[in-house]
Amino acid sequence: MATPLPAGTPAPDFALSSAPGQTVSLADFRGRPVILAFYPADWSPVCGDQMALYNEVLPEFERYHAQLLGVSVDSVWCHTAFARDRKLHFPLLADFEPKGAVSRRYGAYRPGDGFSERALFVIDGEGIIRWSYVSPIDVNPGADGILRALEALTGASTPA
Amino acid sequence: MSRRAATAALTLPVGERDHAQGPGDAPVTLVEYGDYECPHCGRAYPIVKQIRQRLGRSLRFVFRNFPLRESHPHAQHAAEAAEAAGAQGKFWEMHDRLFERQFALDDDDLIEYAGDLGLDAPRLRRELDAGSHAPRVREDFRSGVTSGVNGTPTFFINGVRHDGSWELEALVAALERTAAEAAARPGR
Repeated sequence: MATPLPAGTPAPDFALSSAPGQTVSLADFRGRPVILAFYPADWSPVCGDQMALYNEVLPEFERYHAQLLGVSVDSVWCHTAFARDRKLHFPLLADFEPKGAVSRRYGAYRPGDGFSERALFVIDGEGIIRWSYVSPIDVNPGADGILRALEALTGASTPA
Repeated sequence: MSRRAATAALTLPVGERDHAQGPGDAPVTLVEYGDYECPHCGRAYPIVKQIRQRLGRSLRFVFRNFPLRESHPHAQHAAEAAEAAGAQGKFWEMHDRLFERQFALDDDDLIEYAGDLGLDAPRLRRELDAGSHAPRVREDFRSGVTSGVNGTPTFFINGVRHDGSWELEALVAALERTAAEAAARPGR
């Protein structure tokens, strides 16, 4: 299992495609928390459950003004079809070319398999990683860890 | 089915707010987070009934709502309808009806069930339209998310998430094990 960048580390910035012709960078969300959810692949059963769960939990994330971003090595076209099929209401980013480059920088890549770990990062408004977690690849990590991290974050800093 | 290494526990303890069947001082409490439109929950429904018969007075059963609204378009209103029936004293009657008629959960069906059960159906419709019970359903959902509910159904036995099978024999064995542990512990 990869070792994810630990809490306290500045989150590496990136710019990835979120849809054909659209790019999302981490810096776009400066000033609010970001949840980065790396996952192995669109369409695989456990990921589906995990992303479907996060889709339902979005209102809870929004209470902390947090932005959820899903990341896998799938292409934008694959992401577009997957998001439409599952009615996902958050961006899926394509870590597609060079393949897995962003996942590698976060310590969330499985070189032998060629896809990302099921890794979670909660990044604060200043771009510092405040919590990270890698789940066993076949286990849905749920949202409880993310919510605890967001709670701790807002407890530590006074929201505007 | 998903598992995880860490043991997840209920963040919202069972209390007065909950809908419960069985004695309040039962040695074992089984909590289900469920969705009335979820086929797996539909399959778990008769299993839970059998378990209640098998364990009798040694089991308290609690149901909390975990509607997956994006996957199941009727789940939210079905959950609110059960709560609305609860406000008229017939939560479990509606709960059973919804699982038994899982294939027909349009608003009109929900109102019809309210009438069948002898409830004030116009009141139930008003409360559905107004979202009167939405905050309660949301509170259930939120407590599930923070307790490590990743999908439905998810069961907790005496506050600890049950990550094993919920087939009849497996769940009965887990409940009896917990009951035996509770009985062996003095002062409880």
